[in-house]
Amino acid sequence: MEFPDELRYTSTHEWVRKEPDGTLSVGITDHAQDALGEMVFVELPAPGRQVRGGDQCAVVESVKAASDVYAPLAGEVVAANTGLADEPGRLNRDPYGTWLFRLKPADGADLSGLLDAAAYRKGLT
Amino acid sequence: MRRTPLIAEHRAAGAKLTEFAGWEMPLHYGSQIEEHHAVRRDAGVFDTSHMLTLDVEGAAAREFLRRALANDVAKLQSPGNWLYSCLLAEDGGILDDLIAYFLGGSRFRLVLNAATAEDDLAWLERLRPAGVELRARRDLAMLAVQGPRAREKFQAAFPGLQDRDDAFFAPTGYTGEDGFELLLPAADAPDAWRRLLAAGVRPCGLGARDTLRLEAGLMLYGQDMDAGVTPLECALAWTVDLSAGRDFVGRQALAARAPRFQTLGLVLQTRGGVLRAHQAVHGDHGEGVVTSGSYSPTLQASIALARLPLASRPGERVQVAVRERRLEARIVKPPFVRRGRILV
Repeated sequence: MEFPDELRYTSTHEWVRKEPDGTLSVGITDHAQDALGEMVFVELPAPGRQVRGGDQCAVVESVKAASDVYAPLAGEVVAANTGLADEPGRLNRDPYGTWLFRLKPADGADLSGLLDAAAYRKGLT
Repeated sequence: MRRTPLIAEHRAAGAKLTEFAGWEMPLHYGSQIEEHHAVRRDAGVFDTSHMLTLDVEGAAAREFLRRALANDVAKLQSPGNWLYSCLLAEDGGILDDLIAYFLGGSRFRLVLNAATAEDDLAWLERLRPAGVELRARRDLAMLAVQGPRAREKFQAAFPGLQDRDDAFFAPTGYTGEDGFELLLPAADAPDAWRRLLAAGVRPCGLGARDTLRLEAGLMLYGQDMDAGVTPLECALAWTVDLSAGRDFVGRQALAARAPRFQTLGLVLQTRGGVLRAHQAVHGDHGEGVVTSGSYSPTLQASIALARLPLASRPGERVQVAVRERRLEARIVKPPFVRRGRILV
């Protein structure tokens, strides 16, 4: 199972990527997609929504179960990956290439409180 | 955790293993949706060795089962005949569902759910009269080979097996497709499994087994039924034989206990989530609850079994509480899918 070094992680199994424009892409980890199984539905937040770190922000549903996806940091939702509605299986096939939503982090919100790949991996064992 | 004789084969086939009723069982081998489609369109094999095979033998075996089961084994006259039945408590609640096979003479065979096996054994032991012997056949493994090409592929894998004395074939399954279940000595199971896979039969896990049985409208013990409900409340009235002159366990209670609800199917009409057990259902005739729900790979929509008011009818619309929303679903009469065809 892979956990790319350039990403940051949460203990609730989201990954976070800092984009060149300063926004944060958020998806679910390889571990999360593997544990949930084949995805059949995603519910995404509306752009413009203000979230706090830890807020329930999206839902992914596999054949087996529904699971909440949490905002890793405070900020504003600026984009949702709406194409996923027709192809939720991309979350299984390419977990790190498939973001769910993008956040514009609030002032003062920074990535240093998130886990690096080694720490996330350690939390799984 | 207990393991079936096929555990090494599951690992070799890349199974994701899960705990089920105290057993370590395959959930899927990579894609439960593809496994589901393989059974609907081609052929798949399930390891069902965790279920308990119980042989019931002795001069009084038939009379004993006529008293113990809600369906009447008097119908089983030729070896190989079988029926589906509930095992009821005195109060009419369902202790388990099972398949009973007639082996010939005074010999019958029951296949019981893994989760209830020990309780069933204790219950049947209590009811058992002198002259009836119960024999748990943990020496056997069980494979369910299912799908439109199951027989053909099986023949290719095992020319001649059908003539063997120590292999038992039953034309049953839990998928809504053609196929059969095969019982054979545990030591022979790994070879049988490998031959089936070599013949192009796809290994299938409990994940696909659940979506297949749900599409087929087959109730799952512990989910769609349990000791708190009667067969009349979960679409199993057809399995209760009320012909005159037979006093089976639970009969008097069933006669006195009016059904409180009925079990019907739901098809979600919109996107917005997946129907799941315990979701509340709101309709014109009152409230209900989902007992089994999932995504149907064949319908490519979410489907469910639900307990609904007795006045509810197929074709009506209801609202299902999915998280904070209410989503529209259409009531249907199960099965949703049989023999590869969508019926709702």
